Amino acid sequence: MTDPAAWGLQVFNGLSMGSIFLLVALGLALSFGLMNIINLAHGEFIMIGAYTTYSIQQAAISFTGGPASGVTFLIAIPVAFLVAATVGFLIERIIIRHLYGRSLDTLLATWGVGLGLQQLARSIFGAPNVQVVSPGWLSGTIKITSTLVLPMKRIFIILLVVVCVGGLFWYLYRSAWGRRTRAVMQNRQMASSLGVATNQVDSLTFAMGSGLAGVAGCALALLGPIGPSMGTFYIVDAFIVVILGGLGQIPGTILAALLIGMLNSLFEFSTTAVIGKVLVFALVILFLQWKPKGLMQMRGR
Amino acid sequence: MVSQVAKPMAADPREQIMRFAPAILLAIVLLAAPLVLSDFRTNLLGKILTFGILALSLDLIWGYAGMLSLGHSVFFGLGAYSFAMYLKLEASAGGLPDFMFWSGLKELPFFWVPFQHVWIALPMVVIIPGVLAGAIGYLVFRSRITGVYFALITQAFALIVSILFIGQQPYTGGTNGLTNLTSVFGHSIYNPSTQLALYFISVGVLIAAYLLCVGIVSSPFGRLLVAIRDDENRVRFSGYDPALIKTAVYCVSAALAGIGGALFAPQVGIVSPTMMGIVPSIEVAVWVAVGGRGTLIGAIIGAVIVNYAKTLLSESFPDIWTYFLGALFIGSVLLFPRGIIGLLRREGWRWPDWIKVARGRTATLGSITSGIWGGIK
Repeated sequence: MTDPAAWGLQVFNGLSMGSIFLLVALGLALSFGLMNIINLAHGEFIMIGAYTTYSIQQAAISFTGGPASGVTFLIAIPVAFLVAATVGFLIERIIIRHLYGRSLDTLLATWGVGLGLQQLARSIFGAPNVQVVSPGWLSGTIKITSTLVLPMKRIFIILLVVVCVGGLFWYLYRSAWGRRTRAVMQNRQMASSLGVATNQVDSLTFAMGSGLAGVAGCALALLGPIGPSMGTFYIVDAFIVVILGGLGQIPGTILAALLIGMLNSLFEFSTTAVIGKVLVFALVILFLQWKPKGLMQMRGR
Repeated sequence: MVSQVAKPMAADPREQIMRFAPAILLAIVLLAAPLVLSDFRTNLLGKILTFGILALSLDLIWGYAGMLSLGHSVFFGLGAYSFAMYLKLEASAGGLPDFMFWSGLKELPFFWVPFQHVWIALPMVVIIPGVLAGAIGYLVFRSRITGVYFALITQAFALIVSILFIGQQPYTGGTNGLTNLTSVFGHSIYNPSTQLALYFISVGVLIAAYLLCVGIVSSPFGRLLVAIRDDENRVRFSGYDPALIKTAVYCVSAALAGIGGALFAPQVGIVSPTMMGIVPSIEVAVWVAVGGRGTLIGAIIGAVIVNYAKTLLSESFPDIWTYFLGALFIGSVLLFPRGIIGLLRREGWRWPDWIKVARGRTATLGSITSGIWGGIK
C-alpha cells in the first residue's frame, strides 16, 4: 500500500482507463450538446468496434494462413471507426431523427436498439466471449524506474486517445463542418436560418461519436475478452463522466473522464472494486450538490 | 411531449363509469382468473401482478411528474429482500441461513437480527425503499437534476446497488440471492392453497395501490405533479418547492414498489440481485410505455401483457424474445407513444415521416386500423 511504484502504476492505469471512458463519453457529450439526446445504445458501438477488430484479425489469419501480423491491428482501428460510424449514421437516420425534443423517449428507443444489436452479435459470433491476439509490438513493457514498469498496450491506448481527441478538436475548430457543428450547438434555430443544414450536422456528428466509441472498442479488445454485452460494462461509467463533465461540454468531459478513471482505479486499489464504484458514485452525487451542472457549464442567460 | 392533462371530474355519471370501465373490467377478470387458469398459471399471474404494482409506481412518477427512473427495480428488490430476509430466517428454523454458514459466518449479522420479527420485517418493506428514495431524491432534486440527468443517475444507482448486493456474499447471498424460501407464516409456498391466497392478496394490494394512485393524481397534489412535469420553473415561481414535492412522490412510489417486491418474494421463492440491476429496471419503463404512460390502468395492463408475452415467447424462443423486446422499446415510443390505452382512445398511432410518405401511396392501412379501433370503442 505504501509502495510509491504501486501507486504510480494505479495512477497510470487510471489514466488509461479514463482515456477509454473519454473516447466513449465524447460521443455521448457531442450528441447531447447537439441534439439533447442520450444514446443508450452507445455501449454497443464499443462492442461493434471490438468485434470488427476480431473479425479483421480472423480474416487476416485465414487469408495469410499464419498468425496475425502486427499491422492488422493498425488497419482495424480506422475500419472499426468506419463500421461503428456507419451503424450510428443509420440509427440516427432511421430512429433518433424522429424523436427530437423527446429526450426520455430517445432513451427507451435507443435501449431497444442496443438490445437488438447485442442479440445480433450473439447470433453472429455466438454467446461465448472471443479474444483478440495482441500484436507483438504491443506486448512489451517500458521500465520507468526499477519498480515501476508500464505495459506497452496501455501506453499505446493513451496515445491513440490523444490522437483521436486531437483529431476531434481539429474537426470541430478547424474544419467547415466543425464550425457548423459548433454553430448548431450554440443556437440551432439561428444556425438553421443562416443556411446550416442542421440535419446533416446531426447525422454527421452522431456518426462521428459512434465511430469514436468503435475505436474505444478496438482499444478494449487489447485489454480483455470481447462479448456481446461488453458495452454495458463501460457505458454507465461513461454516463457518469458525461454528467460530471457537464452535458455537452467537451473540455469538461475530458477532465471528468480522467478524474473518474483515476478515482476508480485508486479506490479499487485501496478498497475493493465494488466499494470503489460505490464511492465514486457517492462522490459524483455529492459534487453535483455543489455544482449541479457539472465541472464546466455553458454560460446561461 | 406526451401530455395527459388530468381532466376535471366529469359530472355525467355515465362518463364516470366509462372512465373506470377498463379498471373495473380488469379487476373482475383478475378475480375470476383462478377459476380458469391452472395452479401454475395462477401463480405466474400472481407474480406478474406484483410487477403491475411496480409499473404503477413508475407510472406515478414518470407519467404524471415526468421523472423517468431507470432504477426502480432497486426499490422493488429492496422490498423483496426485506420480506425475504424474514422468510429465509423462517425457513432456517432458528438456525443460521445456509449461505451464511457456507460463507463461514458464525452468527447472524446485526442487521439481520430485527428481521426475525415479522412486525419489523413488514414495515421495513416500505421504510427501506422509502427512506432511500427520500435521501437520494432530495439530494438529486435539490440540485435541480431533471430529465435525462435524473434517468442516468438512477441507472447508475441501479448498477451500484446490484453490484453491492452481489459483492456481499456472506450478508446477502451474493449472486444467488436468498434461495429456498419454503414457507410463509407456516404455510408451504408450494402449496396451491397458499399460492391462491397470495394471488388474491396480490390482486387486493394491486387494487388498493391503483386506488391510492388515482387518489393522488386527482388531488390538488396530483395537479402540482403534472404542473411540475410541464413547467417546473413556473411551479417554483408560484411559490411551491418542486424539490420537496418530487421527493415526496418519489418516496411514495418507491414504497409502493417495495410492497410489490414483498409480494413477489413468497410467490417465487427466490430473491436475487439480478432482479434489481439495470436491465430489469429499464424493462419496467417499457411495460409502462406499452400500456400507456400517464394512464394508471395502462401501466398495469402493460405489465401484464408484456410479461405474459415474455413467458410465452421466451419459454420456446429466447432469441426471438430479445428482438421482440427491442422492437417493443422502439415501437412503443416511435409508433404508439400513448400506449395501448392511447390506441383504445384512438389518439395514439403515430407514423414516422418515412412511413407517412409510403403510406400516402398505399393509403389504406391507416384507415383499416382506425376502423378496427373505432369498432372497439
